[in-house]
Amino acid sequence: MPAIEVSGLRKAYGSLEAVRGVDFSIEEGEVFGLLGPNGAGKTTTVEILEGYRERDAGDVRVLGHDPKRPGPDFRERIGVVLQQSEMWPNLTVRETHAIFAGYYRAPRDVDEVVALVGLQEKANARIKSLSGGQKRRLDLGLALVGDPDLVFLDEPTTGFDPQARRAAWEMIRSLRSLGKTVLLTTHYLDEAEQLADRVAVMRAGQIVRIGTPSELTTTELQTEIRYRENGEEVLVQTGEPTRVLAELTAAAVARGEELEGLQVRRPTLEEVYLSLTAEEEGVEA
Amino acid sequence: MSAEAIRIGARRPARRLFFHQLRSEQLVFWRSREAAFFIFLFPLLLFVLLGSVYRGRIYGVPAPQFLLAGLIGYGCANTAFAGLAIQLVLRRENGILKRLRSTPLPPATYVGSLLVSTLIVFSLQTVALFLLGKALHDTPFPSDIASFIATIVIGAAVFAALGTATASVIRSAEGSSAVVNFILLPMAFLSGSFGPTLHYPAFLRAIGDVLPLKYFIDLVKAVYLHGHGIWTRPQDLAVLAAWGIGGVIFTKFKFGWEPRER
Repeated sequence: MPAIEVSGLRKAYGSLEAVRGVDFSIEEGEVFGLLGPNGAGKTTTVEILEGYRERDAGDVRVLGHDPKRPGPDFRERIGVVLQQSEMWPNLTVRETHAIFAGYYRAPRDVDEVVALVGLQEKANARIKSLSGGQKRRLDLGLALVGDPDLVFLDEPTTGFDPQARRAAWEMIRSLRSLGKTVLLTTHYLDEAEQLADRVAVMRAGQIVRIGTPSELTTTELQTEIRYRENGEEVLVQTGEPTRVLAELTAAAVARGEELEGLQVRRPTLEEVYLSLTAEEEGVEA
Repeated sequence: MSAEAIRIGARRPARRLFFHQLRSEQLVFWRSREAAFFIFLFPLLLFVLLGSVYRGRIYGVPAPQFLLAGLIGYGCANTAFAGLAIQLVLRRENGILKRLRSTPLPPATYVGSLLVSTLIVFSLQTVALFLLGKALHDTPFPSDIASFIATIVIGAAVFAALGTATASVIRSAEGSSAVVNFILLPMAFLSGSFGPTLHYPAFLRAIGDVLPLKYFIDLVKAVYLHGHGIWTRPQDLAVLAAWGIGGVIFTKFKFGWEPRER
């Protein structure tokens, strides 16, 4: 049974259609990335799945529950990192974890979770003394302390410095090794590429592409081959990079020349993403 | 430790959750120096100050006792109304309330433990006022303890309902303490928290006459100063009940768990 199944999901705020017919499903143990610019409808989608918002139309199943009317164990089995939340500033990291642990029937060991999110040295520090990155790690720890099967991470690394992001990525990867299902929203493309088994690109309330990061990058844009000839940059875009490259190199070898600055690269997810969202803009215009 | 918690939790999760949350609320409250000072200590401080100003008797009652009754009223409004409203707005705007809603903690358990926690703070404050009164001015303790406890519980419930209702209409964390004090301080002044009101202009007394705090202070005075049973004051109880029910209904329709500002 998939952990999450969504079909025909729609949600409007007044005249603004935030989500306009979204379908996807997430398998158990999968890390799924919902990618898109601000205002694409990612957070609205996730908050419907978490049970915060009512949907206007569509079918939604989360761990077998309808989040609109969840059974009693629904909240035992999910962990949530909200896009923005603060905790009680005067409590310590450990105390806050212990409070959250008390809400669950079978919580994980508090000190273990504090260590898992890398806050063991801050366990007795008050929350108001934590840095922004440490506060996000606290949020992640609080989402994990109930030992959930499904974890929602809404832009978990927004505002992190590069080092903190790497550390957060390591933690999210460790969730996969714990067998958790993860739904991650992000507007960082490299983050989705690094972490997600599959990615859905959202734009203006709809999913415009869905697939593994490598599927998205191989099918969408042609491979680029670059080199310099007589001091001038040459760019070849092709869907058949093997053949084209063989011809180019064969010709160069036959001439006894070196292809200066030869580069072969696949488009990054970022380029795919930009082309997808640009394409969509074109449709709207 | 955790195996024990699971076993107990499986047997009576609702009760366990309630006491767990009550302990958490108490920890949060006393850990915050601002809350402990402005909510708990401030009425005690006012009692010391006003007690050194008013001498002799007020309406035939020794001044310190009269002030004590008024400051119990102020303490109630300050703790259950102002303190609760400000805490709730801060927690809502910080996203704490929203975050808690995704946990298995039922909203009713959360609200219940917050109210009992507020009642504990107000009760301790009242005990501290009496001890302070005894030490400084040899004021007596209430003679009808049952009526007095009932009065304290009713007052805390009514002002907590008004506190949650007020939290429902405040839009930002920054403005919450300004809005709440804008209501609290005039209400306390008009209702006689800080001294007698008979010499106030008639229109000010008329405003005081519709506010719930006046009726709570009247009730405290009847029970504490004159030794009357709480049921001898049905009119005060009726006005307090009307305000309390109004607060509950307003909260029911207007209160939100999610940040308003974002």
